[in-house]
Amino acid sequence: MATPVSTPEKPKTAPAPVQPEAGGKPVAPEEGPAFDVRDFSLWYGARKALDGVSIRIPARRVTAIIGPSGCGKSTFLRALNRMHELTPGTRIEGSLHLFGEDLYAPSVDPVVVRRRVGMVFQKSNPFPTMSIEENVLVGLRLNGVKDRAFLQHRLEQSLRMSALWDEVKDHLKRPGISLSGGQQQRLCIARALAVEPEVLLMDEPCSALDPLATAKIEELIQQLRLRFTVVIVTHNMQQAARCSDRTAFFYLGKLVEFGETRGMFTNPSNPQTEAYVSGRFG
Amino acid sequence: MTGLMGLSSLLVIAPLFLVLYFLIREGASSLDWNFFTQLPKPAGEQGGGMANAIVGTVALLGMAAAIGVPIGVMGGVYLAEYGSARSNYWLRFAADVLNGVPSIVWGMVVYAMLVVPFKTFSAYAGGVALGLMMIPLVMRTTEEVLVLVPQSYREAGLALGIARWKIITVIVIKTALKGIVTGVLIALARVAGETAPLLFTALGNNFWNHSLAEPIAALPLQIFSYAISPYDDWHRQAWAGALVLMMLILSCNVVVRFVSRDRR
Amino acid sequence: MRTVTTPDSPAPVKPTSVSRWPDRSFHWLALLAALTLVGLIVLVGWELYRGSRLSIHQFGPRFLVSSQWDPVSDVYGALPFIFGTLVSSLIALVIAVPLGVATALFLTEMAPVRLRQPIITVIELLAAVPSVIFGLWGIFVLVPWLRDHFFRWLKDSLGFLPLFTGPIYGPSMLAGGIIVAIMILPIVTSVSREILRSVPNLQREAAYALGATHWEVIRIAVISYARRGIFGAAVLGLGRALGETMAVTMVIGNRPEISASLFAPGYTLASVVANEFTEATSDLYLNALFELGLVLLAITILVNAVAQLMLRSLAGGAGAKAH
Ligand SMILES: Nc1ncnc2c1ncn2[C@@H]1O[C@H](COP(=O)(O)OP(=O)(O)OP(=O)(O)O)[C@@H](O)[C@H]1O
Ligand SMILES: [Mg+2]
Repeated sequence: MATPVSTPEKPKTAPAPVQPEAGGKPVAPEEGPAFDVRDFSLWYGARKALDGVSIRIPARRVTAIIGPSGCGKSTFLRALNRMHELTPGTRIEGSLHLFGEDLYAPSVDPVVVRRRVGMVFQKSNPFPTMSIEENVLVGLRLNGVKDRAFLQHRLEQSLRMSALWDEVKDHLKRPGISLSGGQQQRLCIARALAVEPEVLLMDEPCSALDPLATAKIEELIQQLRLRFTVVIVTHNMQQAARCSDRTAFFYLGKLVEFGETRGMFTNPSNPQTEAYVSGRFG
Repeated sequence: MTGLMGLSSLLVIAPLFLVLYFLIREGASSLDWNFFTQLPKPAGEQGGGMANAIVGTVALLGMAAAIGVPIGVMGGVYLAEYGSARSNYWLRFAADVLNGVPSIVWGMVVYAMLVVPFKTFSAYAGGVALGLMMIPLVMRTTEEVLVLVPQSYREAGLALGIARWKIITVIVIKTALKGIVTGVLIALARVAGETAPLLFTALGNNFWNHSLAEPIAALPLQIFSYAISPYDDWHRQAWAGALVLMMLILSCNVVVRFVSRDRR
Repeated sequence: MRTVTTPDSPAPVKPTSVSRWPDRSFHWLALLAALTLVGLIVLVGWELYRGSRLSIHQFGPRFLVSSQWDPVSDVYGALPFIFGTLVSSLIALVIAVPLGVATALFLTEMAPVRLRQPIITVIELLAAVPSVIFGLWGIFVLVPWLRDHFFRWLKDSLGFLPLFTGPIYGPSMLAGGIIVAIMILPIVTSVSREILRSVPNLQREAAYALGATHWEVIRIAVISYARRGIFGAAVLGLGRALGETMAVTMVIGNRPEISASLFAPGYTLASVVANEFTEATSDLYLNALFELGLVLLAITILVNAVAQLMLRSLAGGAGAKAH
């Protein structure tokens, strides 16, 4: 195991003032990395799906993960909140710290990890037995929050953050699955935001949506980066270019290149990356 | 050839209609207010009813459900949520073998377990016998409907940092609730008509039961003892009782069909 | 968007650890519930063995081959009951398997689609009729009819066979077999139907491509492919037949005789237990009845296990569901 006390960075600072950036996109000031991943490998049984990945994912930025199908993007994302542990027979090596804390330390409960690192899935999956309101609040309620006023506040806040409030505020009691596909996906985002995670992982959140709904979610991601660290897996180069600050290119389980998105797409240093972003393979 | 096969299908389904026809023809005329409100009359006296047996059957089913549902559902949860492929293979095998245990054997086992030590036949013993029979039935159907709940709901719950047991109880079980209720109803309908396991546990009772530690009447028992009796009056009562029991079981089945229809 | 900059809400609950015991205990509880299955199998076997120890000691293996059942002189043998159980179950199989398989074929290969679901529903409802109601119907409707018409006809036309000789009483081995046949028909039919449905269409098309007629396709492609599964369905039906209690008790005549004629009354393991258990006066008598239960359990578990393993080993796993 790597040394867990290597970087005693200040965990989760208070929301810093928002500053406009040159490109017009507002960003929070740069701080220490959210995830510090070192030499991380993961096996499904005998099959190695991640091979010695080392990456420092910045806080309060959007990091896009791209790469051809089967290269380990989802696997890596799921390793970030220990979700892969649901698959029997997985094994990991290396270290993974979130704001300086070893997420794989024996004393750390995966349930706590997942409270800090939320996730939105490829296919929207609102709980079918619950209303819109219940869907948003289920994470808080099941974790023991009873304060009505607080719940009400958080409900509105989460739905506003996911840009869904205006569309659903008059029928919060309707079933979550009565919404359209794009709305359902935003509901899932609201549900993930309601528990106030530090990081939001998104695995191809727009691949099942039409362009209009996709645009809405991309806009939403722009807003989220002011307060959260976002890691998004996408197959869509334009999407990665449009809404991420950093891009990581995975190939065959390895991290091939990682850097500023603009640089990656205009001037990749690795020939494989260049081939991929220019659409010559994958 | 097709005609021959059609004929065999007719032969297979005919008994249901014949049984229903005779139940109604022989039983309907004895069904009156008294039948549902009075105790059985001694042989030779006209009238009387099976109120105690109807109440007894309901009480026995209640006790059976109290044993069979929690254990069956939790076992189904284990199979669907925790068990490995290997252990599940053997557990399912065990459930299927238990389903094949003759019902009379359950009666003997519970007799040895509860009647002998407490030195009395009792409603408890009858309820336990039926409850034990329900366990494998409920377990298999619960498992079947739980695995139909998409994995993505479990993952969504975990990603919210919800503890696994809460995800299972509040999200997974709730999503599959209809199917579980269906399975429970089918299991109840199945044990409601069981006679053999009650013969030496609940025993039967011609009067009201005042304590669950005493023998209790049940519809199937009453039907059996009246059917093999030499009295015409009792035969009529047996038909009426059988009609009531059949209605109870059929309505369970109809409810099940109704509930599970929009799932497909 | 203005809302994003709303001041943060009051302190969110963000525990750094959660107690793991609820999760652990839930897991254990579920495991415990699943393990009751194993516990129940052990319990059933143990209680029956414990209840029959006296008789096992007293008679040893002789119990299985002796045909003396005499409570007055406290001597017991199980042979007539084993005989009755096997014979009535075999009669039931002989009737139910051809009928059930034919019905299953009709439902999967021939019946108009609109007719299929109603027939399936009726068969499912038939499975829900309690044994005691079949018994009641058997005593007052089926047995009198069999006695006055069917048995008479059998005797007239097939009376040269030893099976159909001797006086006709009504309650008899044959009546018992017929009522059990009715009761196992639903499971034989539905399991056969599952099996037939699992026959790949490729199989059928290949036979059609060879120029076979509809019936030939069924015979060659479907039946030969499904033979093992249908055999499994029959064994499963046998398992059910062996343990049938109430209906059989009410129509089989309940006499511990071994007779070649199917018109003669018989007695099964389950019926003798049902009839005599509460009247057992001596310890040895009760122990002998328990041993009958043990024999019955051993036979049914064996038969059921064989059926399950056969059905499970089939491709596609069209195994028998709890029914
Ligand atoms: N549960 C599993 N068991 C075994 N191997 C797996 C499992 N899940 C993924 N893999 C393998 O691990 C590798 C990486 O899979 P992963 O799902 O992370 O790819 P991906 O980059 O997300 O692909 P896609 O773009 O298609 O979503 C693949 O080769 C896949 O076959
Ligand atoms: Mg993926």
